Amino acid sequence: MQTILKILSFLGLALTIVPSLLVFSGVIELSFHKTLMLAGTLLWFFTAPFWLNKTKHPEAV
Amino acid sequence: MKQTLAKQLDAINEYEREPVPQSKLKGLKSFIGMYAGEHTAGTEFVIGPLFVVHGVTAPDLFLGLLVGNLLAVLSWAFLCAPIAVKTRLTLYFQLEKICGKYLVSGYNIVNALMFCFLAGSMIAVAATAVGIPFDIAMPGLEDMYPNSVGWMVTVFFVGAVITVVAILGYEQISRFANVCAPWMILVFIAAAFAVMPQLGITSVGSFWEVAQSRIWTGVPVEGFSKFTFWHVAFFAWFANMAMHIGMGDLSILRYAKKWQYGFASTTGMFLGHVIAWIASGILVAAASGAITPGPIAYNSAGIAGAICVMIAGWTTANPTIYRAGLAIQSIVPTVKRWKVTLVVGLVTTVAALFPALVMRLLDFVALYGLVLMPMGAIIFIDFYIIPKLGLRSNYASAVNSRFNIAAGVTWIATLLICLSLNYFQGIEIFFLGLPGWFIAATLYIMLSKVYQQKQTAPHIIREVSSSSF
Repeated sequence: MQTILKILSFLGLALTIVPSLLVFSGVIELSFHKTLMLAGTLLWFFTAPFWLNKTKHPEAV
Repeated sequence: MKQTLAKQLDAINEYEREPVPQSKLKGLKSFIGMYAGEHTAGTEFVIGPLFVVHGVTAPDLFLGLLVGNLLAVLSWAFLCAPIAVKTRLTLYFQLEKICGKYLVSGYNIVNALMFCFLAGSMIAVAATAVGIPFDIAMPGLEDMYPNSVGWMVTVFFVGAVITVVAILGYEQISRFANVCAPWMILVFIAAAFAVMPQLGITSVGSFWEVAQSRIWTGVPVEGFSKFTFWHVAFFAWFANMAMHIGMGDLSILRYAKKWQYGFASTTGMFLGHVIAWIASGILVAAASGAITPGPIAYNSAGIAGAICVMIAGWTTANPTIYRAGLAIQSIVPTVKRWKVTLVVGLVTTVAALFPALVMRLLDFVALYGLVLMPMGAIIFIDFYIIPKLGLRSNYASAVNSRFNIAAGVTWIATLLICLSLNYFQGIEIFFLGLPGWFIAATLYIMLSKVYQQKQTAPHIIREVSSSSF
């Protein structure tokens, strides 16, 4: 389960960054990039919290 | 709910007045993640654009960022981290031992006030994204006061939410911020790449030419001073002066197993600051000079961009308000912490109403570092130099004093001299941190010699002083 979540999270990050590179290369339009980026964002936030950040960070006081 | 809150506060208060034990030390990974997250904040969306507004040239920007951020990393690694791992005390307790309780209270009030203003600018940044769906009139570069009722309502709404979360959910929001960090950095990069074709950048080879002719043109916006390599380098170095040279991160790096973990700040400076400031500069150029963070991120990255601005502002304003609350609470320990945080949140929200805080952020950040820097110089000198001169380290603690006059006069006099240099000599605030540090160091040595000789009493037991690392 953890592995599937991780794969989905990294897919989310890929959807966040790769479309912009495709816009830069002239492969896709800016509006399509925005849609894909939103999909990537949702994918990341619905999967990453379940496996990332399980250990406590030093207190920042 | 009360029990949960009490538990959270207890967790935060761990080892406030004692060294962190060996068993609680953290590995390098914790610091790499934390620094990357902390330095990809809502304010980065403002700092990058302000460099453009101040007419920095592209070579000055890139070289300045490289040099300045490198110096910042070295400051963390060689000034702050070695003392942190030797003493393993919070900044506040270390200062109390040197300066005494009353002086530390004064420092805490100033520190809390600075935190409020900093958090206020982050709330304002988040509000520029929250206001997008409601088509609220955003403040412009020239606006110093709130420019619409819609803006005021949005800021109050965002400020209220952030304050409530700061009271109830510090731990959760801190974890959420860590989840956001890698995604946020990618949004910054992606947004910049996506708008490059609009500026005429269609290949890596064409970047530099367009960067010089359309982004960092070297021409400041009317009414703004011209920035050079030196401005960028010193700003990048001193943007977090309060944390490294000012020793604020003693509280964090005391958990580090080795002093070399100070180099973990590289992630914050180079992944966070350098990339975010360059990316947000590109977004401004693509938005024809508009600098309001929410709309420019929305234009380039759609809803994800607006969410990024909102989260970047929120996740960094939240712990900042919390820290301000802690600083004040240490002065009035009898008042409940949630009440203190509520008042701090209110002050912060009122500050956020004024766009001047955002539009003059560079000056404020420089002032913030300058005001807290002398205490960092005092800690450094007290740790390395004072014992070598035959004087007492941690003097207030050694003689049970509540106000170390040598430290107090050093702090005030340094600030007065620096502000005089700014006012009478016209030296810009960005450049005062460096001479200011040497002024503070010299004053503290001289005043300690005089003060400690006067105050010496035979019963005083010399505290264990620390040697160099």
